[in-house]
Amino acid sequence: MHEISIMQNALELAEKHALSAGATSISSISLRVGAGSGVVPEALEFAFGVLKKQTLAASASLHIERVPTEFRCSHCGALSHLHEIRFDCPECNGLLIMGDGGNDLELSHLEVS
Amino acid sequence: MCDNCGCGDVDSFTIIPMLKSAGIDTAAGHSHPSHADGATAAHHDYPHQYTYNHLREPQREHVHAEDLSPEPRHEHVHDHDHPHTHSHDHSHRTVRVHTPILEENDRRARHNRRFLKARGIFAINIVSSPGSGKTSLIARTLEKAAGVLPAAVIVGDLETANDAIRLRDKGAPVVQITTGTVCHLDAAMVSRALKHLDLEDRRLLIIENVGNLVCPASYDLGEAMRVVLISVTEGEDKPLKYPPIFRGAGIVLITKIDMCAASGLDMQELRRNIRAVAPAAEIIEVSARTGEGMDEWIELLRAASCRPSNASPNSGPSFQKSGQNDSDHSSHSHAVS
Repeated sequence: MHEISIMQNALELAEKHALSAGATSISSISLRVGAGSGVVPEALEFAFGVLKKQTLAASASLHIERVPTEFRCSHCGALSHLHEIRFDCPECNGLLIMGDGGNDLELSHLEVS
Repeated sequence: MCDNCGCGDVDSFTIIPMLKSAGIDTAAGHSHPSHADGATAAHHDYPHQYTYNHLREPQREHVHAEDLSPEPRHEHVHDHDHPHTHSHDHSHRTVRVHTPILEENDRRARHNRRFLKARGIFAINIVSSPGSGKTSLIARTLEKAAGVLPAAVIVGDLETANDAIRLRDKGAPVVQITTGTVCHLDAAMVSRALKHLDLEDRRLLIIENVGNLVCPASYDLGEAMRVVLISVTEGEDKPLKYPPIFRGAGIVLITKIDMCAASGLDMQELRRNIRAVAPAAEIIEVSARTGEGMDEWIELLRAASCRPSNASPNSGPSFQKSGQNDSDHSSHSHAVS
C-alpha cells in the first residue's frame, strides 16, 4: 500500500497550490498515473477516501487519468498501448517489449473555490 | 513518513563518515599537520567531517528558473457579463499544477546532479534485492578501478555501518547512511551525505541503495545512471515482476555468475526478460568472487563516465540509457579540474 503515502504527498501538494491560489476548498483533484509508474490507481482511490478528511479536499472528487505505456511484441511486432503492465502479446502471446512513456506520477490540476 | 510506501520517517536518517581502519596503508588517505605539537597525526578510527572547498553546497536551497513548473498555474475568473437565472459560486476556478507528486525529491536530485557535474563526477545508483551482491561488487570495483576511476561511496542500509566498514579499506572515501525504517535512499539523504565525502580527485560516485526492488525506483538521487543487480539465484522472471526498477537501468549486472550452474538458471530466458523491460540496458555477467566480467564492467563504467552524464531525465528517475550521446566525449572531462 505505498499508494497511501503517495496520496498523502499529492494532497499536501494540492493544498499548497490551492492556498497559493487563494482558494479555501478543493472540489476536484486530477492526477496522471502511468502504467509504468508502479502505482495502482485503485489503491490511490482507496487512499484518497481515507486521507481527504481534515483537508481542503474533504468533499473533493478524484480523477485519475491513466497514461498507457507502449509495448512492442518481440514475435509479431504488433504495437500495443496498455494501461497495465503485461508481457504477453494480445495478438500472438509472444513476449512484449516495454517502450518509453507511462512513467507519469503527476498532480495535473485542481478545481478550487 | 516515506513519500512512497509509508515505511518510516525520512528525516530520521543518520550519516556516518568512514575512516580507514588503523594499521592500513595511508597513502590514499589524509593527514592532520596542524596539531598543536606540529606532528602529523596518525589515522584514527572515529568518524569526523572532512573539510574541503565546496564548489557548490549540494543541499543549499535556491530556486533556478528551470526548477519552476513548465506550466505555471493560472486562474480562470468570470469577468464577463451575462444574465443569471440561478446563483452559483463565481470564485470556482481551475488551478493547473502539472507537477510530479514527488517534486520535492526531484528538485533536490537536480541540485545533486548539478553539484556532481560541476565536479566532473559520474554518479551511479546501485539497486537490487537484499543479498544480490551489491557490497561485494563495489568492493571489487574499488580494487580494480582505482587507477582509472577513483571513486567515493555512499552506502545506504536500514541499520548498521557494516557495509561501509567492509568498504573503508579499499582506498575510497565512504559514508554510511542508516535510514532507520526507510526502505530507500532519497535525494535529500544523498545531498547530506555528499557534505561528508572528500570528493577531491574523485571521478566516480557509487551510491549503494537500500536493498529493495520497489521503492527506490521512484526516487531520483541525482545520479547519472542506475545500475541494477540480479543474482543468478533470483529467478529468470524477476525483471517482469519488478519492471519499474529494471526499466530505468543503464546497466544490468547478473551477479554471482560463478554459481550459475548450481542455480539452474536459464540465462537466455533471464536475458530475454531483462531486454523486455530495459531494451537499451547493457547486460554484463559478473562474479565479484572470481573476477569474471569485472574488466568489462569497469570499462563500461569508464566509457559511460566520459559521456555527458547528467542530462536531466525526461520522465521518471534515471532514464538516461547507456548508449546515448556516444558522440560527445568532451564535456565531462572539461568539468574535471
